[in-house]
Amino acid sequence: MTEQVTYEHLRIDLEKEAERICEFIRKSVYETLGKRGAVIGVSGGIDSACVTALCARALGASRCVALLMPDQHSSPETLEISRSVPDAFGIRYAHEDITASLAALRCYERQDEAIRTVIPEYGPGWKSKIVLPSVVDSDQYRLFSVVARSPDGKEVRRRLTPAAYLGILAATNFKQRVRTMFEYYHADLNNYAVAGTPNLLEYDQGFFVKGGDGLADFKPIAHLYKTQVYQMAEHLGVPASVCKRPPTTDTYSLPQGQDEFYFSLPYQAMDLCLYAKNHGYSPASLVDTLKLKEDQIARVFADIDNKRKVTAFLHLQAMTMIEGH
Amino acid sequence: MDVQNTIKTFITDNFVLGRGMAEPGAGDSLSRLGLIDSTGVLELIAFLESKFGISVTDDETVPENLDSIEQIANFVTRKQAAK
Repeated sequence: MTEQVTYEHLRIDLEKEAERICEFIRKSVYETLGKRGAVIGVSGGIDSACVTALCARALGASRCVALLMPDQHSSPETLEISRSVPDAFGIRYAHEDITASLAALRCYERQDEAIRTVIPEYGPGWKSKIVLPSVVDSDQYRLFSVVARSPDGKEVRRRLTPAAYLGILAATNFKQRVRTMFEYYHADLNNYAVAGTPNLLEYDQGFFVKGGDGLADFKPIAHLYKTQVYQMAEHLGVPASVCKRPPTTDTYSLPQGQDEFYFSLPYQAMDLCLYAKNHGYSPASLVDTLKLKEDQIARVFADIDNKRKVTAFLHLQAMTMIEGH
Repeated sequence: MDVQNTIKTFITDNFVLGRGMAEPGAGDSLSRLGLIDSTGVLELIAFLESKFGISVTDDETVPENLDSIEQIANFVTRKQAAK
């Protein structure tokens, strides 16, 4: 009988870990970077909320500033939920709506042009998202399709061509990069450091944009599985509205879960698969907990390896012609 | 048209060139060699559809059909015969 991996394997001593992370934040910000505080881009999601709480605890609320940066595709409740995070920890915030910046960059037009190469009728009033097929149910290559909904509710799904996929990706990556520009503006303005908010699942699997949310001065929860981020957030007093919100990409005009866009399974199951893989367990060790077959879990393991390989470039520093580098 | 050689030329010109690697053998796994990722598969499908006049359905986008030059050639031949 193979030892089974369960959610108990992800339990940590939250208070002890919070203290350890706070020490890391203080050392990073004050000693290594020589800065006076931290800027955190707050999306309304659990990761940025958790980082906000940790920064407030580590540095003091007066040495933190939160940025709320919605755009026209953000869900209507995003701003209110985002605002509840700095309010909960007594942190000042700045509201920087990025819609005008994105429009000036023709982000929305470029995205629409790319979609129109596969859905010619796509136009004003239409909404869209891109999705992947399930990895557990077949050996199909994970190729993106676009799902679009017309103003009268008709839904169209088309597999993307290479040009359409790259066009949509390049256009939507503007969002993360513009948000990072604002983070560094406020960091420069205050002599603060920019806090990155990836969790271990995102960091390991390359779920970030180079020069966008992948760019930061310190990343204090990059070692925590998303399940642990939720536990930590509750422990630190993050508002319930954030803690119970399911993870979204908040990037496309149609609501889109992180599992349909990128990951194979919901985050809880992905965390366990990643944990099992990182600790040398076999797919068989997850059969009972995930209620999936061994070959399905093996596909998720293979997908984890594949994502690490294709996103390895995101972790690289620039290659430089300096000796020793 | 020699289907297998046409496919081999496409793979070499688009995925091998400039990487200092040997050309893949007909039976070599392109994914295991690290030659092709999901964007590359999209490019391959676009090439097959335009060059050979076939249509690749979503459930046909599997390694059995697309992972080696030999498998791709066999897949194209089957699709053309079925038209």
